Amino acid sequence: MLANPALRPLQTAAILILVLLGVALMAALAPPAMQRTVVEAMIKLTVVVGLFVFVGNSGVFSFGHVAFMAVGGYMSAVLTLAPARKETLLDLPGFLEALQLPWPVAMIVVVPAVGLIALAVGWPICRLRGIALPMATFAILIITFVVASNWKEVTGGRQALVGLPRYTGLWVAFGGAALAILAAAIYGVTRHSLLLRCSRENEVAAAATGIDVERERLIAFVISAMIVAAGGVLFSHFIGTITANTFYLDLTFVTLTMLVAGGMRSLTGAFVGVALVSIVSELFRTVERGFSVGNVTIAAPPGLQEIALAAILLAILILRPSGLLGDHEVAFTSSSSGSSPAKPEG
Amino acid sequence: MEFLQNAIDAISLGAVYALAALGIGLIFSIMRLINFAHGELIMAGGFTLYTLAGQPLLVLILAALIVTAILALGMERIAFRPLRKANPATLLIASFAVSYLVQHTVLLLYGSRAMGVPFLADLSTSLEFGGLRVPRLQLVTIGVTLLLMGGLFAFFRYSRTGLQMRAAAEDFNMARLVGVRANRVIAFAFAISGGLACMVSFYLVAQTGSVSYKMGVSMVLIAFVSSVVGGMGSIVGAALGGFLVGIISVSLQAYLPVDLRPYRDAFVFLIFILFLFWKPEGLMKTRADRERV
Repeated sequence: MLANPALRPLQTAAILILVLLGVALMAALAPPAMQRTVVEAMIKLTVVVGLFVFVGNSGVFSFGHVAFMAVGGYMSAVLTLAPARKETLLDLPGFLEALQLPWPVAMIVVVPAVGLIALAVGWPICRLRGIALPMATFAILIITFVVASNWKEVTGGRQALVGLPRYTGLWVAFGGAALAILAAAIYGVTRHSLLLRCSRENEVAAAATGIDVERERLIAFVISAMIVAAGGVLFSHFIGTITANTFYLDLTFVTLTMLVAGGMRSLTGAFVGVALVSIVSELFRTVERGFSVGNVTIAAPPGLQEIALAAILLAILILRPSGLLGDHEVAFTSSSSGSSPAKPEG
Repeated sequence: MEFLQNAIDAISLGAVYALAALGIGLIFSIMRLINFAHGELIMAGGFTLYTLAGQPLLVLILAALIVTAILALGMERIAFRPLRKANPATLLIASFAVSYLVQHTVLLLYGSRAMGVPFLADLSTSLEFGGLRVPRLQLVTIGVTLLLMGGLFAFFRYSRTGLQMRAAAEDFNMARLVGVRANRVIAFAFAISGGLACMVSFYLVAQTGSVSYKMGVSMVLIAFVSSVVGGMGSIVGAALGGFLVGIISVSLQAYLPVDLRPYRDAFVFLIFILFLFWKPEGLMKTRADRERV
């Protein structure tokens, strides 16, 4: 069955999940600090795979997906915080304040809820064309940020919400990332994904052959928002606190860098991008923390990590505009030469 | 009377937004780049004022203009020139990267705390006109903006380079075919854009009395909105959009119920999204923004 070329995304997913399992097993034996880095990378992978479902398949950049992380994170916080803590931090209606769900239940409630929100928001936005669509997603990010930093009753406003149950360990994060990859691959074998990728290659031609571009974009938008929201939930319960500032331009930049660096047109590319950026960040974080040579401690000033990331992104955009992997995906069966029509760009 | 007061606030804020939007719109019209790093040009102007604090005013102004122009030209040369053939989305991501790079370089050099800068402090006093209190800074802002716009208009209308820039904005490839030198026109646009950003930084520093490495971000987001509202690629449109967004911001601040005022920016961006459905190509439709098949 796996030899069927239409099902190649599933092969890719299987390989990526196996690699991820290997990483998780190694991390399980590593010291706790290292383990936290791996967990964080896996959560970012969940988010970037979610972003890939929309951006990769449609070719339209979204600057607003981090907003869905925020919405997911805050919803899950409200559902899982202890009532006593909610009483002091927030000002919720009685039944919400008394409610405290176990985290898996909260996750099952939050993800479809964000899906509904994404449907309502995406329905008008996916009708926009050209540069107006990414600009509108930008506006979504800013609106969410402003609301999250002012709605004291529900989000705590500028104060951080603290005391979230910190359940996102290594295996929960692995599960999240693996499910995200699987979801992206399953979407990848549907006709919706194929139609959307047609519109990515040529929007006018796709519309002319009867593809409802707006509808296909909306479907991908909702699926991707749900995956990203799951990532946001995992992220909040990894850190244990949640603030509006976390989910703003910096995180948007990092996740987009991860997607673009590896190659935004391929799932494997998203995976490679997350790995690359996480490794570079971790290296520079170590340097920033300081290391000793003989009896001298050398520490780089803060900011170096971000400078390095931005420089890498620029270099990739200039030297390899389609990302490190371009259109390539890993698979068991070697692809026939015609299957990756990478345009010679630049 | 209250209305007049608000109207003056709206016009002066709109003037600043218009300057910021002009800087973004000018670059977009010529090379389809939405320059997110425009905010860092604003920030660089502010930090020049901070670094040279205490020098004579004329020195400060000239130094800031030179620094922002050089930074703008540097961005173009290093990051945007190799990407000239890339699509607008890739260019936007690249400008995001440039912005991040410059921001964190400043963070590395100056630290993350906001720092006080005394600049044009004597403009913070107000003039009274029969019950109206108008801060001098607002009057100067409006005056300077009008002068700059007049100057730009004359430049585009009557100078050779200005004519070439208008031609490039209309159809870049065609302009090149008839002998407009691409590198020169684009470099000119970036230098002007840097100068405009510098003017915005003067206003911000005089208004807030401080600089920080993120000071350009909120201004650039507003400028984005303004230039899209005006019509990406239209220079007149960018100025118009800036004034319009200024008027909407001040009206929301003045007439929203008190509870909702902290959400002002959310309303501004919500109105922006609604506007996009009404006129996705902005007030001034340009040939440049249309997709060619």
